[in-house]
Order: sequence, then C-alpha cells, then structure tokens
Amino acid sequence: MAESASLDAVTCKGCAGEQPPIDVEAIRADFPVLHQDVRDKPLVYLDNAASTHKPLAVIDAVSAMYLRDYSNIHRGVHTLSQRATAVYENARERVRCHLNARETSEIIFTRGTTEAINLVANSWGRVNLREGDEVILSELEHHSNIVPWQMLRESQGIVLRVIPIDDDGDLILEEYEKLLNPRTKLVSVSHISNALGTVNPIAQILRMAREQGVTTLVDGAQAVAHKPVDVQELQADFYAFSGHKIYGPSGIGVLYGRKEILQDMPPWQGGGDMILSVGFEKTIYNEPPFRFEAGTPNISGAAGLTAALCYICNHGIRRIDEWEQRLLAHAQHRLREIPGLRLVGTAKEQSCAISFVLDGIHAHDVGTVLDMQGVAVRTGHHCAQPAIERFGLAATTRASLAVYNTIEEIDALAAAIRKAQEVLS
Amino acid sequence: MDLKSLYQEIILDHNRHPRNYGALEGPSHEAHGHNPLCGDQLHLTLVVDDEGVIQDLRFEGKGCAISTASASMMTEHVKGRPAKDVEALLHEFHEVATGKLDPEEAQLLGKLKIFAGVAEFPTRVKCATLCWHTLKSAVDKGATATTE
Ligand SMILES: Cc1ncc(COP(=O)(O)O)c(C=O)c1O
Repeated sequence: MAESASLDAVTCKGCAGEQPPIDVEAIRADFPVLHQDVRDKPLVYLDNAASTHKPLAVIDAVSAMYLRDYSNIHRGVHTLSQRATAVYENARERVRCHLNARETSEIIFTRGTTEAINLVANSWGRVNLREGDEVILSELEHHSNIVPWQMLRESQGIVLRVIPIDDDGDLILEEYEKLLNPRTKLVSVSHISNALGTVNPIAQILRMAREQGVTTLVDGAQAVAHKPVDVQELQADFYAFSGHKIYGPSGIGVLYGRKEILQDMPPWQGGGDMILSVGFEKTIYNEPPFRFEAGTPNISGAAGLTAALCYICNHGIRRIDEWEQRLLAHAQHRLREIPGLRLVGTAKEQSCAISFVLDGIHAHDVGTVLDMQGVAVRTGHHCAQPAIERFGLAATTRASLAVYNTIEEIDALAAAIRKAQEVLS
Repeated sequence: MDLKSLYQEIILDHNRHPRNYGALEGPSHEAHGHNPLCGDQLHLTLVVDDEGVIQDLRFEGKGCAISTASASMMTEHVKGRPAKDVEALLHEFHEVATGKLDPEEAQLLGKLKIFAGVAEFPTRVKCATLCWHTLKSAVDKGATATTE
C-alpha cells in the first residue's frame, strides 16, 4: 500500500478534532479554475448545485492514479492491479467513514445519483413493488428521482404519490402523513432541493416512514457537500449522492444501501465482477456491493472521490456549513434589497441554492447578461420542473454556493443583477 | 465585453413593444412553436394570398427578449414577401445566428443581421431561431415546430 502514490496523496486527517473557521482565500488557492477571467471579468462561479470545481488534491489524486498506479482492478495478480484495487477499495472505506455506514459492503459505486436511484428502482423495485403498491415522492424532486419511478409505474403498475410544498417551498408534512398508508412501500425524497435550496426535515420524514414499516431512499446529491450525513443516525435504507457535486470527479457516485436490504436484492446489470462463477447452465452472483457493480468502474474517479471526501473532512463539514450559511444569509439580504426581485423558495431552513425571478425579465436574459459580467448562474427549471411550475413559473435564475465563494462575489452578483435590470427593462 | 453587443437598442425596443402581436382571425396558415429547453411558446397565424404572398401575420406567446424581438422583427421582415422565400430566409438567418455567415455577406436579412450577436452565446441561438422554424412549418402547412 505504501507504494501507492494515489493513496499517499489523500491521507485524511479530518474526522477527529476541531477544525478552525474557513479561511476562504486559502481555500480558493486550492481551486485553480477559479482564477480566470470570463468575458474579460473575473469569474464569479455560482453554479455549484449543477457541479462544483475540483481542488488540486482531487486533480492530483486522479493524475497520480494515471501516472503511477493505474490498471484494471480486482482480478489482476500483478502489482499495478493490486495498487489500483487498493485505491478503489480505499475509496469505498472513505465513503463508508464519511456516511458513517457500518460496513464497506453497504457502499456501491455508481455513475452518480441518477444511476444510484435507477439501481434501486430496477433491482429493489422490480422484486418488491407490485401493481397498486405506492411510492411517495415530493414535489421538490429532481427529475432523476421522478422518472425512474414513472418507468416502474409503466412496467409494474405502481402508484406515485407526491408530498406537496407550500408557498415557501417547505414540504407539507401533514399532507405527507395522510399519504402514508398500508399500500405505501417506499418513500423517496431529496435531502436538499437543488431548485429552491429547501433543507428537508429528513430525519423526521424517514422516521414517519419507518413507523409504518416503509422503505426509504434519500437523494443526497445536494447534501453531502454541505451538511453532515450519518446514515445510521438517519436510519436510511438507501442514500445516494454524486462525486461531481462534492468537489470530486464526474462519472462516479454512491449508493449506500442497508446491508439487510442489499443482501436480498437481485443484480440489475450483468457482466464481469458481479459474479462468483459463470457457466452456461448456472451463474452464481457475487455478494454486495460487487453484485451491483458490473463491468470496469470509474477507477480514477474513485481516487478523486477519496481526495474530495478528505478535502471536505479536513476542513470540517460543520465549518463549511457555517461559512456557507453566512454567504447564504448575505445573499438573501443583498437580493431582497433589489426592487423587482422575488425570491422563489423561502423555506425555514435553506442551503446553498437561491432561486429568483425579476419582474418583466425572462430568466434566460438574466443568465446571459450575468454571464457577460463574468457571473455564472443557471437559468431554467433546474431539472425540477414540477417544483418550478408549482410557483406558476417556467424558469428561474438560480445562484448556488460552494465553500470557495466569497462575500465579495455575492456583492458582485447583486450588482450584476441590478445591471441586468438596467439593460433589460 | 460590451453588454450592448447582444442586447442592442433595437432588440430591446422590439421586446418592449412587439410588432404584429396577437392572432389573426381566419388565418390561412398557422403553427405552434415550442422550445422545451426554456418553456418558450410561440403561436403564428398568417394570411397567404392566392399568389402565395404573405399578406399579414401575427405572433403571440411567451419568451425571452431575444425570442420576442426575433419574432417581432421577423413579422415585419416577411410581411408582403412570397411564402416561398421563407426557406432561404430561415437558412440565411440560421447561418448568421450561428456565426457561419458573416452578417456583412448576408443578402436577404436587412436589419435582422443584428442577430449575429447571438452566435457568441450558443445556448441562445435557439431563442432567436424558434420563430423562423415556426414560420417555416406554418408555410409548409401546419405541424408544431420545436427547436430540439
Ligand atoms: C437533487 C438532485 N438529485 C439528483 C441529481 C442528479 O445527479 P447526477 O446528474 O449527478 O446523477 C441532481 C443533480 O443535478 C440533484 O441536484
């Protein structure tokens, strides 16, 4: 193991101990991409809910993998394959530690959140859901936590129920309570909304499901970079997230599944690595997590994911959250000062996404005029069309934060919005 | 970069005060355009006479400044022209809007050359061209245009 450059690069000193408050300038120095001009203006990157940038530690871990330790994993007896396998399996242990799962066998690597949810739908869903069984989602969900269930509705005849949101973008829990009934088999909701920034009371939502014996899945795509997640404390059955939204590479993500549930789940894709033995008469499937990882995975992505989790850990997720909450409060304050701007989503607890509309100005024009000033935001429905349409809108402009954003950048956003109003109205 | 390079005064003016806005009663041709990416909707109604000349046309719908101004300026540009010219106009407009044709070399576009500015914003090209695709499907008789 000591021979592995990729492993050396990413020792995690975090977890234990108290970290100092975030020094944002030091953090920014770790992200080379932030230091550039876009359309002759300093880049202000506020599209982090779509994807975050990568610190040097992640870039170096991926590159160290290819420079020294790369090979296919698991079956090779030669040294490079053993090193690559060690890096890959070390990533699984890092994820386990980060989510506080009991065992590494509960950590399945996927391409991302989308694939993780599709895995649950196709494997767990196909054997556990029958015609008339009900799945509860929420009005806030990303399309990736809607469409896989609609596909099951077509093939299995399941029924989808939707927890509505109120005018602030908070889930209406009394309605959720009414939706839970003996036919409910699964509750699948996001931890944090990517469109409105709502932080859902996920522990309570899961508890209410558990009390009825209902299986639970949490879409944690927007949570892992911003909040501590402890799957044992939550008692989630499944928890999904994507590497690229937590400062790691794209093309790798995670499905946590509780061991007892994974044991009984059939594979969903067939191929190499997911079997113990193959004969034309009989094939024996491998144990979890390997049963669910057919084919050559994203090996360098695993090295990058380890580095990303360590980056978060070393700075302390609570410190990160504290800094981001300061930025968020400042952003809400600055945006509220702007006449003709309406915030969309004013939930009790919010995380790093702020959606808004400007009177009489289409979101796409706002997005373009902000881009002309170097400010990167996202416009549209953010792959959460039902949530946006709930507010009678087709599109919003969304600014979303990460740990490397600064108070000055928020001020730049506010100034750029005022400029957009000036130009466009 | 100059904020005005795309949002020039004439575009903003057509966005604020769209020309030929609304729907014609008893149109000879009509079509609906939709940009699924941003939810923009556009409905075009036309009266094309027996000689094949576009006598009148109107548009209505919901969209960004670029798509509204483009539709408004298009209606002014094609009114009184033969419907058979639409294909060549769409082609040239598309070439200019995607930066493939220097606006100086465009033969048919007149003021519409101004949309050369969207070439720098590839995601916005569809906003400018939606009305043209819709017009083409209207004169081709009928179906729904999408920019996808
Ligand atoms: C809440 C939420 N769920 C799921 C996804 C899908 O993630 P990915 O595209 O990485 O699979 C996203 C990303 O946009 C998201 O924000």
